[in-house]
Amino acid sequence: MNWSLIIKTAFRDSRKDRSKLVLFMSSIILGVAALVAINSFNDNLVRDIELQSKSLLGADMTVGGNRPIPDSLLMSLDSLNAEQSTEIELFSMSFLPSIEQSQFVRIKALTGDFPYYGNLLTEPASASNTYKSGVYALVDDGMMLQYGLEVGDSIKLGELMFPIHGRLLTSFGSVGAGTSFAPPIYIAGKHIPATDLIQPGSLVNYTNYYKVDNGTNLDEWKRARRERFRNSAIRVTTVEDQRENLERAFSNLNDFLNIVALISLLLACISVASSVLIYVKTKVQSIAILRCLGMKSEEAFMVYFLQIFALGILSVILGVALGSIIQVVLPIVLKGFLPYEVTMSVSLPAMIKGFVMGILSTTLFALGPLLSVRNISPLKTLRISDDPVKTDPLRWLVYGMIVLSIAGFLYSLTKSVSDAVVSTIGILVAFLVLFMVAKFVTWATRKYFPKKASFVLRQGLSNLYRPNNQTQTLIVSIGLGSGILTLLFILQGLILANVEDMGAGNQPNMIVFGIENDQDAEMQSITKSFDMPIIQNVPVVTMELAGWQGKTKKEWLRDTTRTASRRTINREARVSYRAEMDEDDELIAGTYTGVHDGGDSILISLDQRYMDGLDLELGDELVWNVQGTLIKSYVGSIRKINFRKLTSRFFILFPTGVLEAAPQFRILVTKSPSKQVTADFRNAVVKAMPNASVIDLGSILSTLNDIITKVSYVIKFMAGFSILIGLIVLISSLFLSKFQRIRESVLLRTLGAVEKKIYRINAVEYAALGILSALTGIILALVGSYLLAKFVFELEFNISWWPILGIFIFIVALTVAIGLWNSRDVVKRSPLEILRNV
Amino acid sequence: MILEAKEIFKTYKSVNKELTVLDNINFHVEKGEIVAIVGPSGSGKTTLLGLCAGLDSPTSGALQLAGEGISQMNENEKADLRNRKVGFIFQNFQLLPTLTALENVMIPLELQGRPKGAEAKALDLLERVGLGGRSHHYPSQLSGGEMQRVSLARAFSNDPEILFADEPTGNLDEETGLIVENLLFDLNKEKQTTLIIVTHDLDLANKTDRIIKLKGGKIVSDQSIKSSSTI
Repeated sequence: MNWSLIIKTAFRDSRKDRSKLVLFMSSIILGVAALVAINSFNDNLVRDIELQSKSLLGADMTVGGNRPIPDSLLMSLDSLNAEQSTEIELFSMSFLPSIEQSQFVRIKALTGDFPYYGNLLTEPASASNTYKSGVYALVDDGMMLQYGLEVGDSIKLGELMFPIHGRLLTSFGSVGAGTSFAPPIYIAGKHIPATDLIQPGSLVNYTNYYKVDNGTNLDEWKRARRERFRNSAIRVTTVEDQRENLERAFSNLNDFLNIVALISLLLACISVASSVLIYVKTKVQSIAILRCLGMKSEEAFMVYFLQIFALGILSVILGVALGSIIQVVLPIVLKGFLPYEVTMSVSLPAMIKGFVMGILSTTLFALGPLLSVRNISPLKTLRISDDPVKTDPLRWLVYGMIVLSIAGFLYSLTKSVSDAVVSTIGILVAFLVLFMVAKFVTWATRKYFPKKASFVLRQGLSNLYRPNNQTQTLIVSIGLGSGILTLLFILQGLILANVEDMGAGNQPNMIVFGIENDQDAEMQSITKSFDMPIIQNVPVVTMELAGWQGKTKKEWLRDTTRTASRRTINREARVSYRAEMDEDDELIAGTYTGVHDGGDSILISLDQRYMDGLDLELGDELVWNVQGTLIKSYVGSIRKINFRKLTSRFFILFPTGVLEAAPQFRILVTKSPSKQVTADFRNAVVKAMPNASVIDLGSILSTLNDIITKVSYVIKFMAGFSILIGLIVLISSLFLSKFQRIRESVLLRTLGAVEKKIYRINAVEYAALGILSALTGIILALVGSYLLAKFVFELEFNISWWPILGIFIFIVALTVAIGLWNSRDVVKRSPLEILRNV
Repeated sequence: MILEAKEIFKTYKSVNKELTVLDNINFHVEKGEIVAIVGPSGSGKTTLLGLCAGLDSPTSGALQLAGEGISQMNENEKADLRNRKVGFIFQNFQLLPTLTALENVMIPLELQGRPKGAEAKALDLLERVGLGGRSHHYPSQLSGGEMQRVSLARAFSNDPEILFADEPTGNLDEETGLIVENLLFDLNKEKQTTLIIVTHDLDLANKTDRIIKLKGGKIVSDQSIKSSSTI
C-alpha cells in the first residue's frame, strides 16, 4: 500500500469536510467524558476509602452487638493487651427544658480515650477532651441549630439533666439520614445508670473499641475466633472489614454510575455509526473517482479509515480531558451522600481506560459503515445512481467484535459471566425488537398503503418504504435513545413513588415504643387526650431461639450441613401475641390460631421470610428461651407480611394465653394530624414516661425524601450525559435522512411543489418515524423497568403515565422539528443551486 | 493494437428476466487511433466504455487493453492497470471536490508513486489548458468549462497509453465545448495517445479517425473516416 499517498489523500480529502464530522466528534467527546469522569470518581472513592477507613472506624477494631459482650469473650479480648474504650449507644427521647421540646436522639455513652484515630470535632474544640470530666453532653450541631440551642443550655436524657458542653461537628458511625432523624449526643459512659434509660425494649447497642500495637495482626486474630463471636451474635469489625463494608456500600452507586457510563458510550457509538454512514455516503463519488484513477479498494478504505481514526483519537483525547474536568464537579454533586469528602484528583488508570475504551468503541462502530468503502465501484463515475453500496461480509466480524466488547465491558462491571451474558442479550434483544418493528413498519405501510389519502400523506408515508428509506436506521437509533431515557425516568419515578406512598393517606405517622405494661392505660389516655387514634397497641416480648426440629441452637450452629442462616438463628426475636391476624398480612399456609387452648401444642404464626431463613416447614417444632423460661411451639401458619404499611410488623406471632405473664413492653401506633400536635404529644409522653420513645415517622419520611431527592438529582445529572448524547444521536440520524431526502425534495420543488407542501410531506414522514420509534422505545423501557422493578428493586410497578406521555411528545416533536429544520435548508435555497451540488 | 474486444456480452439479471445490454461486440483499436463510439440512448455506449476501460467486467468475452487481458483481472489489478495506462474524461467532470485543481491533476501521478516532479508536471499541464492562475482553486470555485479543462489536465498527467472520454463536451455550451475539444485533440496529438470518445455529438465524432455505431447493444457500423472502410 502507498502509505504516503493514503495519508496525504486522507488529509486533503478531510480538509473541507471536517465540519461534517462535528456530530461524530461531539458524541465521542461526551461519551468518553462520561466514562472518564465516572471512572475517575470511582477510583478516587476507592482510594479514599482505603485511606480513611481507620479514621472512620476510630480504632483498630470494634466489637459489639445489641447485648453486652459475654465475659468469656471479654477475657479473650483482654488477651490482646490493647487500649480499650466502651460505648453504649442508646436510641431514646431527649427533652429540652429551655424550649419545652423533645427530640428522638442517639445517645453515645463513652468510656476510655476513643477515638484513637481521627477526631471528634467539636465547638469549642476543647469540649471533645473535657466532656467526660463531668455531667456534660455534646449535642449534634444540626439539632442545636434546629432548636436554637446554645452551649450552656440543658438537655434532659431520661432522669438526668446534662448541661450542653459543646457542639458536635462530626460523629462516628452515623451518616446523613441517621443523623437528621436521631441526632447524636455524646456523654460519659458512667452516667448511663443515672439516666435509667436502659429498660426492656430499649434500643441499645454495646460496642468496645480497641487500639493495638502495630505488630498485631487483627484480621488473623479475628479469623481464629470468628466462630465464637458469631455464635454469640457479637460483631467484630477491623479496619479491613470497614474498608470492605464501605466498598460494598458504595458498589450500588458505583454500578449505577457505570451503567450510565455504558449507556452514554453506547449512545455515542450509535451516533458514531450514523455520522460515519453519512460521511461515507457523501464521499461515494470521490471514492469512485479515486478508484477509477487507479486507487486500490483497500487503499481507498484506508484513506477514510485514517480520517475517522485521526478525528476519533482527537475526540477521545478531548473527551478524556473533559471527563477529568467533570470529575471535579462530581463530588460536589454527590456531597452529603458520602460519609467523607472525596478528594478530587485526576486518575491516570481512569484516563487510560477511557482512552482505550473510546478508541476501541469508536473504531468498531465506525468500521461497520466504513467497510462499504471497499465495495464502491469505479463505475459510479460513469453512472450516478442511488443504488445502495454493496454490504461487506466482513461486517459480521465487526458486529461480532462489538457484541464481544459490550459483553466484556459488562463483565468488567458485574464480575459475573452470567450477568454480563444476560445484559448483553438484553441489549441485543432491544436492538432486534426495534429492527423487527422497523421491518414490520416498512412492510405494513406498503401493504396497507392508504391509496386514497391526500398527496401529502401518501408522499410522506411512502418515504417509509421507498428505496434508500431510513426507517430502520431511525427507528433503531431513536427508539433505543428514547427507550433508555424512558427507562431512567420510570425507575427514578418508581423509587420516588414507592417512598411517597408510604407517607400518604391514613397511614400512621408516629410510633411510641418502650411503654411498660403498667404505663399502658396512661399512654392510651395521653393519646386520646390529643384526639389521636390508637391504630395499634401491641405487647412485645423479647426472646431467643433455643432450638428447632429437635436440635438445640448450639447443635445447629456446629452442624456444617445446616441451611439455616446464622443471622436468623442469632437474632433477638421481638414477638407479639394477638387473637386476630392483621388484615394487611396474607395467610400463605396453615390456619392462624389466635387463642391458645391450654393444651401441649402452642401454634405460632411465622412470616415466610423467617421460615426461609431457618429452612422450616409447617408443623416444625421451635423452642424459645423467654428470659430464662423455655417454651416449645409449633409452626401453625405461615404469613406474608405487608411491610409497606407503617405499623409494627412481627415475624413471629404467638396466640393469646401464653406470653401474658412474660416480661414485656408495649408499642403504640398512632397518627398525628400536624407537626405542632406531634411536638406537643412528644413532650407529654417524655414528661410522663421518660423511658418511652416517640418516633416521628413523618420526619423519617421527609429525611428519606431528602435522600431520594438527592439521589434523583444525581440520577438526573448523570442521565444528562445520556440525554445530551441521545439528542446528538437523534440529530445525526436525521441528518442521515436529510441526505437521502434532499434530491426528492428539490425535484418536487422544481416540479412546482410549494414550500408548505414540502414541509408537510416531511412532517408526515418524520412524525410517523418519531411516533413509531418513540412508541417502540417506550414499550421496551416499560418491559425493562417492569422486570427491573420486580426482580432487582422489588418495588410495586405503579407508574405515572404523564411523564411518559411527556417523553413521547418530546421525542416526536423533536424528531419532526429537526426533520423540518433540515427541510428548511432545502426549501430556502434555489433548486438549481442544489441540483448542481447533489 | 492497444484495445481488442472479442465476443463481448453484458447482461443484467432482474427478478424475472435477463436484459442484454451488449450483444457479441467485436472490434480492435490500433495505437494512436482516435475512435468515436456513437449511438442512441440505451444503445450500450457507456457500458462498452466502462468495460473497455476496466471499470466493469463483461458477462462473457475477452478484452485486451494495452497488451493485458483485463477480463481475467481482479479489481485491484484493473485499478493498477488504469492508473498506469489509462486516462479518463467524464461528462460531469468528476473532480474530487475536496482537492484543489492542482491536487486533482497530481492525484494519478501520486497514485503511481511518483510524487517527485508531480507538482511541476501538474502545473505545466494546468498552464497548458490555460488554468495556471487557478491551480489552488477548488472545483466549486471553477466554471463548468474550467472544471473540464482541469479534468483534461488530469487525464494526461499520467501519460496514459489510452484515453477514454465519456461525452466530454456534453455538459458544456457550444463555445466552451469547442475550446475543450480543441484542447483535447491538441493534447492528444502532442502526447500521441489513443483516444476513445463516447458521444452524441456527430460534429465531434466526425473529427475522429473512426466511428463505431451502436444500436440495441450491437455494433451496426464501424467506419474509418479517412479510409471509409465499413465492416
